Amino acid sequence: MTESTQLIRSSDTRTAAQIAASHLKRRHAAERRFKAIGLSAVVVAMTFLGLLLFTILGNGLSAFTQTYVKLDVTLSPELLGIGEQRTAEALATADYGGVIKDAMYKRFPAAQSRAEKREVAGLISSGADMALRKALAANPELIGTTQTFWLVADDTVDMAIKGYTSRQTGQEGNRLSDKQLGWLAELEADGGVTRRFNSILFSSGDSREPELAGLWGSVVGSVFSLLITLAVSFPLGVATAIYLEEFAPKNKWTDLIEVNINNLAAVPSVVFGLLGLAVFLNFLGMPRSAPLVGGLVLALICLPTIIIAGRAALKAVPPSIREAAAGLGASKLQVVTDHVLPLAMPGILTGTILGMAHALGETAPLLMIGMVAFIVDIPASPLDPSAVLPVQVYLWADSPERAFVERTSAAIIVLLIFLAAMNLGAILLRKKFERRW
Amino acid sequence: MQLFILTAALLALISFGYGVGRRRALAVAGPNLRSLHSLPRYHGYLVALWCGLPALAVVAAWLAFEPSLLHALVIGALPADLAQLSDERLALAYNEVRNVARYGHPASSDSIAEAARHYASLRQTMFLSVAAIAVALAVAGLAAARARIHAGLRARNRVESIVSIFLIAASTVAIFTTIGIVLSLVFESLRFFQMVPVTEFLFGTSWSPQMAIREDQVGSSGSFGAVPLFAGTMLIAGIALAVAVPLGLLAAIYMSEYAAPKFRSVVKPLLEVLAGIPTVVYGFFAALTVAPFIRDLGAKLGLSVASESALAAGLVMGIMIIPFVSSLSDDVISAVPHSLREGAYGLGATKSETIKQVVLPAALPGIVGSILLAASRAIGETMIVVMAAGLAANLTANPLEAVTTVTTQIVTLLVGDQEFDSPKTLAAFALGLALFGITLALNGIALRIVNKYREKYD
Repeated sequence: MTESTQLIRSSDTRTAAQIAASHLKRRHAAERRFKAIGLSAVVVAMTFLGLLLFTILGNGLSAFTQTYVKLDVTLSPELLGIGEQRTAEALATADYGGVIKDAMYKRFPAAQSRAEKREVAGLISSGADMALRKALAANPELIGTTQTFWLVADDTVDMAIKGYTSRQTGQEGNRLSDKQLGWLAELEADGGVTRRFNSILFSSGDSREPELAGLWGSVVGSVFSLLITLAVSFPLGVATAIYLEEFAPKNKWTDLIEVNINNLAAVPSVVFGLLGLAVFLNFLGMPRSAPLVGGLVLALICLPTIIIAGRAALKAVPPSIREAAAGLGASKLQVVTDHVLPLAMPGILTGTILGMAHALGETAPLLMIGMVAFIVDIPASPLDPSAVLPVQVYLWADSPERAFVERTSAAIIVLLIFLAAMNLGAILLRKKFERRW
Repeated sequence: MQLFILTAALLALISFGYGVGRRRALAVAGPNLRSLHSLPRYHGYLVALWCGLPALAVVAAWLAFEPSLLHALVIGALPADLAQLSDERLALAYNEVRNVARYGHPASSDSIAEAARHYASLRQTMFLSVAAIAVALAVAGLAAARARIHAGLRARNRVESIVSIFLIAASTVAIFTTIGIVLSLVFESLRFFQMVPVTEFLFGTSWSPQMAIREDQVGSSGSFGAVPLFAGTMLIAGIALAVAVPLGLLAAIYMSEYAAPKFRSVVKPLLEVLAGIPTVVYGFFAALTVAPFIRDLGAKLGLSVASESALAAGLVMGIMIIPFVSSLSDDVISAVPHSLREGAYGLGATKSETIKQVVLPAALPGIVGSILLAASRAIGETMIVVMAAGLAANLTANPLEAVTTVTTQIVTLLVGDQEFDSPKTLAAFALGLALFGITLALNGIALRIVNKYREKYD
């Protein structure tokens, strides 16, 4: 008796082939189902990616423009509080805020009570005086004249103009009062409101006022940190890769190093932050919040990446190159520095760029070494306190103002653009110099 | 700035040394270049190394010991009213002195200002003497190395041995990093366990690290039972794995077995983008979009969902670790030899039957390894949970409630001003030690499984 006839129950009168055929339908349906499930898993993952990027873009793109309000400002020396002085020092300390307030009261003469006046002044950002200061510093002759300025609007106005908050009057919970909304509509009807490219976002440091907060300080901090990271981890990583791949004898010590490197690659980054806090800050007394320390910690984090990529690139260089060079009388080190290393360099650089991209996005270890401080100034050296881009994202994400949601997304867009550029560079490098032996 | 000038001067001396050595070697060789044992540039390298290494070593040593040396000297010569302060206040005062001297902060009292002047002058004197020593060493090294150049000098061999010492030293950095991690975690944890018993930390079920400022405050002692943190971590990591393992595994199967090469070449990099996005972005996404969505959905279904629910954090973390599961699984599935598949086809199995009954069992060790690696990634992940999970330590298995995790607490305990003798900050190191141990163990097990049960087909 064969196995197929055994399977047929006595009551079943069909032949084995018929039964197999009826199974086949089910099996093919199962096959199609399985394939569809697999495809849907890919689709779900892609959908999440799309949703993530869509949310960020949708929230963040509007932050690249900023609302400005047109105002005729009378630059009288009395209001500026500088009298007859025209020195640079007097101009720097003059009361530009008062001048702006006065211009606003004139623009909206209906505002008489103190509360109303405060609301009128609240339409303009508290940092709008920077524009006046700059204009007068460039041209002190303007004092005493009336000039038209486009001034940065307050973030509440910005949010209303961009449509994130309601402009319907008489609603509970509006950030702008009904009167303010009325004035805003009046301004808009006169063509006194416009949206321009948000240059503040790319030129200033952090601020408590969303409309004045910029990314430049954290971009500079990130650049300093990454330079330190590169300067430390690239030579060390390449040297380690060369030693392990070209020189190291096969023994326990080498094994220990290899196990260590693999383990370090798997240690959570926050633990590296604890190391930085205990060793760099407390033991060695390095400054808190400084890109120097951040860069060192990030260097330790991306060292394993560079070593592993470097070893793979060195391994890909065929032994015949080494043998040919050695045959011509090159010493072992000359073989490596003059022949193997140049051939492996594109691969090593690709790995290094990917490691750097990873370091650029790293946040948690930097929180441990105090890079979360609120820092307004643009850092001038790696020893100055500073934030970095991802930490800026974290800080802004924690801020309650509605306008910071938009700016956080914009910061993420900038961060992602940097990351995409680095990854693209790595891919191009690999494509251009990839060699098959 | 001064340091920058010193470094630049030393670098200039070093490159000058290279030129001197090279020219000297050429001069020694005369018309017969072949009489030199090594190429002229190796003589140049040797002089440059002799010139640079001792000087840079002195500068590096000074950089490392400057803070402690200054501390000892300044503390020893403090004005009388500062010298009699208690240890803690003395440390604060010293900090202020340093800030005044180095960063130009305003001094709060005259004696602080005086100490700061002392600090600044000491620092300046020390720097100048170190700079003098370094430059002198560089010049002396240059001169000595130049004088030793002769035709038979084995300059290349010497340079190569110095380089190989550097290579070996570089490769030990990894070991020192590990030692540094272990020592810093263990030391601070030991200090923590002197204040809080190990058993309370490991088995206590109540976590409230706030220490009272006054003695009579309610809950003045703080409690450090870490069980709710471990439970919260496991809950969120469990949700993440429940999302990532099916999605990642199915995606890997589809990509390696079904997808056309063109589809694969587009979608595979896109999937890996998920792992390349910074975690702080996921955290923002979870807190801004996913958590409110889940809360509103729960409200519609009549469930009460915390706005920082474990589900939101776990879900987003799951998306993040999909590529960790999928790309490793993809590799091991692709590594299963075709002969196995063809054998199954020959017996009449459909493609999905082959995958389920032949390919997956053969690839199982690698798949389990990839899942364990993803799990260790999920446990150590920080920013998503810091931004989207709660701070209150609830001991619950309900994914709709807010829980807190080990990494969240590490960050919360250490961000902001801290003093290093309170159990509150030291607890972070104990948590870090636990985290380090768990992730290391998971990785070790994953590697063992992969290596031990890997089928060898050739």
